Amino acid sequence: MFGYYLRLALKSCARDPGVTALIVFAVGLGIGVCVMTLTVYHAMSSNPIWWKGERLYAVTMDSWPPERPANSDQPSLPPTQLTHADATYLFHSSIPTRRVIMYPVAGVVMSSHESKPLKVASRVTSSDFFSAFDVPFLYGSGWGAQADTGAEPVIVLSHDINGTLFGGVNSVGRTIRWNDHEFRVIGVLAQWQPQPKFYDLTTGSFNEPEGAYVPWGWSRARQLRSSGTTRCWKVETIDTFEQLVGSECAWVQMWLELGSATARDRMQAYIDTYWAEQRKGGRFQRPRNNRLSDVAQWLEDNQVVHSDDRLLVGLAFCFLGVCLLNTIGLLLAKFLNAAAVAGVRRALGASRGQIFNQHLVQAGLLAVAGSFLGLALSLLLLLAVRALYDDPETGGGGFQALTHFHAIGIVWAIALALLSLLIAGVYPAWRIGRVPPARYLKSQ
Amino acid sequence: MLKMSHVSKIYRTDLIETYALREVSLEVAAGEFVAVMGPSGSGKTTFLNVTGLLETFDGGRYELDGSDVTALSDRARSRVRNEKIGFIFQSFNLIPDLNVYDNVDVPLRYRRMPAGQRHQHITAALELVGLASRMKHLPAQLSGGQQQRVAIARAVAGEPALLLADEPTGNLDSVTVGQVMGLLEQINRMGTTIIMVTHDAQLAQRAGRNVNIIDGQLSGMASHALRPERSGGAHTAAG
Repeated sequence: MFGYYLRLALKSCARDPGVTALIVFAVGLGIGVCVMTLTVYHAMSSNPIWWKGERLYAVTMDSWPPERPANSDQPSLPPTQLTHADATYLFHSSIPTRRVIMYPVAGVVMSSHESKPLKVASRVTSSDFFSAFDVPFLYGSGWGAQADTGAEPVIVLSHDINGTLFGGVNSVGRTIRWNDHEFRVIGVLAQWQPQPKFYDLTTGSFNEPEGAYVPWGWSRARQLRSSGTTRCWKVETIDTFEQLVGSECAWVQMWLELGSATARDRMQAYIDTYWAEQRKGGRFQRPRNNRLSDVAQWLEDNQVVHSDDRLLVGLAFCFLGVCLLNTIGLLLAKFLNAAAVAGVRRALGASRGQIFNQHLVQAGLLAVAGSFLGLALSLLLLLAVRALYDDPETGGGGFQALTHFHAIGIVWAIALALLSLLIAGVYPAWRIGRVPPARYLKSQ
Repeated sequence: MLKMSHVSKIYRTDLIETYALREVSLEVAAGEFVAVMGPSGSGKTTFLNVTGLLETFDGGRYELDGSDVTALSDRARSRVRNEKIGFIFQSFNLIPDLNVYDNVDVPLRYRRMPAGQRHQHITAALELVGLASRMKHLPAQLSGGQQQRVAIARAVAGEPALLLADEPTGNLDSVTVGQVMGLLEQINRMGTTIIMVTHDAQLAQRAGRNVNIIDGQLSGMASHALRPERSGGAHTAAG
């Protein structure tokens, strides 16, 4: 009977094209707004490196003074970065499988002496950055551990910067100037855009990754200051890079890959022991708060997804609800307008269940059409949001990546269509099934 | 074929109870052609709706084709309507979106008949009413008389034992009335029991028996000399 009901549904839609279009538009608009909001929310709230959930940890220690927490909104949390001294000490632990010590730096690159200088957000980092974060390479590879101490003049470029400087060809072995120093390109990344940019939330949770990466050894060799956040609580004279390195300012980020729960416990003990020793020397006067946070916890602690964003999702569903309420009204009007025909069918032997099924198939057809329209609308809305925030300088504040349509949007659209069918279709179909057949037979 | 014993139908509001049918008892034998007459508002249509299981009733007992149908579920009543009863309405009640073929197909669909069998029944029914050449026409493309003949084809396509006709000629001109009544008589001669509600005394005279309803009560019965012949044949035999 499904095929028969489907044919009747198509005929019914053709009979009232205006009402049909209104219903499809109401469902489509609700689904479109919902899918768009969910797409953005999904991009914001997902763990971009979930497969390392039990291995990858951000390291934080509360080096702030006893009288005030690092974050007054979340006083239980330590600062999100480490002092240079703490980070370099922990970096030398042999417990982790991989160690990442890093911070963002400003960079100016030139592909040749004659070319125009190009501002490129860069990162000075240790060699494990690429393997710890599973960064994909298009050409070449990262550097070895020796480059982190010896300041080897090698550089890794992002896919986009390689495209800008070299037209996207394999540039491994070519030389570029980075901050007035010659570097040899040893690797070019494939497209890599973790969202959120979990490994450094201080420069914007949804900004694009850096365009160039240089070995950690260049930090001191070129006395590179952080272009990100440097937070200090102690009154100290910091005129030179060495003073900054020895200060209580937190500006270095650290991630560790720990192969097992045992390794994690050992690392935690290692950090705590270091903390206790430092405390004896007068540092770390707040209660012990040394953390190894996995990526999910890290994103939650740093409130990457704000409560406002959740509210927005709620509002989107409210909007869908309003659209569906309108749809219920329109479907009721459409179905009851054809109540006489349902009465005739009942007289000819259709049961209430058969009339219900027939009209549910019709509502389902409209919900499916609405979900297709919703998908198209969500794509348009995402493009509109992207265009609204399009800014080549900042990468659109992360909206470029957040507004990419995901395949999961199709799943949402189908799920929302089913939900719409249940909410908006069942009641009108039930009502029409309950219409006493005799009422309309005389009056049709 | 049909046996009603003390059947009542009451319409209730908060304040008033109105008897649409009061203690109606009636027996109709298989193959009879009964005309139900009465003034407007007397309960003729309610009687037909109750007889056709389109409405429930409040008291009494009703047997149809040897089965007690007094307290059937909606699904069972629908099945009985589909398999044993055919309806013809004054205003034809064809489904405007569907062509002639698909309109006749409707009751057969609910019987879950295979496609080939449905096609045979539809073709035979349309040949019976002389509209086999108009299968693809929409109701709006037909005259009133043709529409009623399609409705008759739809009613008899499933070969029901009982045909209920509510003022079947009420919307037709005098020439077409003759054609439709001729068809009904032909169907009756083939063995189908017919109960026809009508205002028209002349048409009622063509039935085998007349029943009068006044204020929901059967007030009198008159049998005519002309009794229908029992052929026992199927409707698929073109007449």
